Amino acid sequence: MTAVQATVEEFSQGAESGNAGGQYLTFMLAGEEYGIEILKVQEIKGWSSATPIPNTPEHVLGVLNLRGAVVPIVDLRKRFELESIEYCETTVVIVVKMQQSDQERTVGLVVDAVADVYRLESSDIQPPPDMGTAVHTEFVRGLATVNEKMVILLDVNHLIDFETVGPVGENSAEQCAAQAADH
Amino acid sequence: MSIDVNMAEIAQLFIEESLEGLDIMESGLLNLDLGAADPETMNSIFRAAHSIKGGGATFGFTEISEFAHHVETLLDEMRQGQRAVTREGVDLMLQSVDCIREMIAGLADGTIDTTRSAELEVELAKMLGEVEPAVSLQDEVLTASSGGSAPNDPQTVEHRVWAIRFEPLPKIFKSCNDPLRMFRELQSLGDLEVHAQGVDELDFEQLDPEECHLNWTLEFQGKVSREQLEEIFAWVLDECELSIEPLALEAEIDADDLKRTDRVPAESPEPVAKVSVPKAVSKKPAVKSVVSTHENTSIRVNIDKVDALINLVGELVITQSMLSRFSGDFDFTQLEGLREGLNQLSRNTRDIQESVLGIRMLPMSFAFSRFPRLVRDTGHALGKKVELRLVGENTELDKTVLEKIGDPLVHLVRNSLDHGLETPEQRVAAGKPETGVLELNAYHEGGNIVIEVIDDGAGINKDKVLSKARESGLVGPDEQLSDEQINNLIFRAGFSTVDQVSDLSGRGVGMDVVRRNISDLGGNVSLTSESGVGSKFTIRLPLTLAILDGQLVRVGKESYIISLVSIVETIQTSAEKVSEIAGQSEVFRLRDEYLPILRLHDLFDVPADSDEIADGLLVVAEANGQRVGIFVDDLQEQQQVVIKSLEANFRQMQGISGATILGDGRIALILDVQGLIQMFHEKTGQVPVLPAVTA
Repeated sequence: MTAVQATVEEFSQGAESGNAGGQYLTFMLAGEEYGIEILKVQEIKGWSSATPIPNTPEHVLGVLNLRGAVVPIVDLRKRFELESIEYCETTVVIVVKMQQSDQERTVGLVVDAVADVYRLESSDIQPPPDMGTAVHTEFVRGLATVNEKMVILLDVNHLIDFETVGPVGENSAEQCAAQAADH
Repeated sequence: MSIDVNMAEIAQLFIEESLEGLDIMESGLLNLDLGAADPETMNSIFRAAHSIKGGGATFGFTEISEFAHHVETLLDEMRQGQRAVTREGVDLMLQSVDCIREMIAGLADGTIDTTRSAELEVELAKMLGEVEPAVSLQDEVLTASSGGSAPNDPQTVEHRVWAIRFEPLPKIFKSCNDPLRMFRELQSLGDLEVHAQGVDELDFEQLDPEECHLNWTLEFQGKVSREQLEEIFAWVLDECELSIEPLALEAEIDADDLKRTDRVPAESPEPVAKVSVPKAVSKKPAVKSVVSTHENTSIRVNIDKVDALINLVGELVITQSMLSRFSGDFDFTQLEGLREGLNQLSRNTRDIQESVLGIRMLPMSFAFSRFPRLVRDTGHALGKKVELRLVGENTELDKTVLEKIGDPLVHLVRNSLDHGLETPEQRVAAGKPETGVLELNAYHEGGNIVIEVIDDGAGINKDKVLSKARESGLVGPDEQLSDEQINNLIFRAGFSTVDQVSDLSGRGVGMDVVRRNISDLGGNVSLTSESGVGSKFTIRLPLTLAILDGQLVRVGKESYIISLVSIVETIQTSAEKVSEIAGQSEVFRLRDEYLPILRLHDLFDVPADSDEIADGLLVVAEANGQRVGIFVDDLQEQQQVVIKSLEANFRQMQGISGATILGDGRIALILDVQGLIQMFHEKTGQVPVLPAVTA
């Protein structure tokens, strides 16, 4: 608890400079390790099936009852257009809070497994490489190297655009393909 | 305890009560018979004006109290029969009511516009001047002096009412001062009424008995000057906040003495009055037109309702303790007792739910009370004679719904006055009585409230509406429409502009907006009309927005909820009764009507048990006067569901109005029939019959 509180200040300082230091929760997705700010994480729960919402993109699995709140569930593999796998016992839903245009949304992200919690200084974080204008990197906050491995830090707020419930950018198909190729 | 907060709260009460007073004045003025005013009505109008004046002075809103004073003077003359009640007088009074209302609305954001009040003051003075200029002038001098420093003029040593606000600092006892002693002293000089405030904020656990936690509003009546009063408080002046304001002269008091009990609450509002019995409903209280604009969040609840709720909670506690007996060691001999307990619990829950919803319920009169004025003014302006009948004013409706239904109702009433009712000449020519009748009727029906706007005017000229619709291309040249369909045309966007229908007896200004507002509230509106006899608009609304009576339907593995209000019937049909039009859309025959079939599994792209019409059920649902058969696999139970917003964490979806959590914790989506029909039309490529709903 105190550790989290301690990071609040560091975090808010870092946020202004763009590549924030602080604690990150990392999770696995198709062999890559991704990190999100731990302060955005509300809880982690096991996978249970959601009520599908018709006419939404494939990555929106539906809505789940989270103690009386109706929370949308997003499959990150599908969101990044990665190959789908069967959900197994390590599959978890990370419930995060997204801040989008004055509205705070609670959203569940389905990932392969949770990995670790790292403390990263802002100096550890590199900006995402320039992949040309065709590639949108709004939701990639930066890259960090931990134990000789690359961790992709995501910006939760730009992960899903709920106004269109579609992919983030216009060229996101290419973008995701490009990312997949990069990996 | 913060004094500022306390004052703001009291000022808010002043505003609310003044608005109520204005409503009483307004309805009273409208009910006055010219020439022979009913003394009781006159008195109630006068009392309301007097309370506003007194309250205004107490809280330092001198603009309001001064203006109200002029109004009061004129009213007093009318009341005492010194002045005849004329139409001009009543009109001027009504304008003054509006003016005060504006000034009070201005209080909220701190800007009081005095230009209008100044103009009206001149007119009031002119009217007063016709009889006794001397009196009004003197009064004016006195009121003007009331806010400022006290003049030493001997004239002020008259029998007067003083409002004294006394807020001692906590340490006042330490300097050996006792408020009680000062009050006694005041009592020896005249009549005193004391109202203590701050009692309910006291925390007896942490009370310091050596500190003063209360403050007081005093109303003092007697032949004393300001100096004499100030002298009494002289010892504590530096240990308290003190304000002494004159309220009224004796002449006004004497006549009003009998009514003192009515007047007092307005002048000394108590902060505890959050829950109070509303004043007699028959008085047509509070027009919410002003209040609703700045979303007032407090609500007055009948004390009976609160008592009933407390009783129910008491029963719940008993049930709980009864059930908790079983939590220790349970054996099956106790099963019967457990079952009984659970039954009782479910009954308690239902009762409490109803009771809690009842707290949000307000009588329809809140929405209706603005109409006497509106009908009078509009009828006047149009040169039409109208009698307004209000029926079912005590029908209760959710506060949110009630506030939002006001505007559509005004629209419908204006419309009926403007296009529906004829001029006296036309009416006489048509063999009808000169005065038209406009009736507003509210009643409960099932889980809904029904509001009807009925006029005995010319009705809708269906031929003209139809030819107009054909002209504008809304209806094909050969298409035959039923009367109902023709009536529904007037709710169509684009059809309803003035230029298009101004030469018709039909209606049409912004009717599509009315319909949209009502369907936003989960209700619907329909129209029946007979040419030459009149029209009737029927609005059907759910009693509350939070809970919905739903029918669970199943498609494949998914359950959806359809509001019971929109379901007409459910039928099982066979393939023979279904035909396909141009290979695109299916229709089925229901008695003498052909209805399109909306396959939910196609629309939502979910697997269904079967595609065969005969295997499933058709839920005949209606939205905006359009009927469709929704094809589902099965019907499940009917239940009340609590509506959860999908938007809170996700976004609005077409065809879905929200979600709810079922007994087993699963989420079920609530279908929006109107949106579904829209989707259906888009999908089948038909021109939507309804205006596109802007997201």
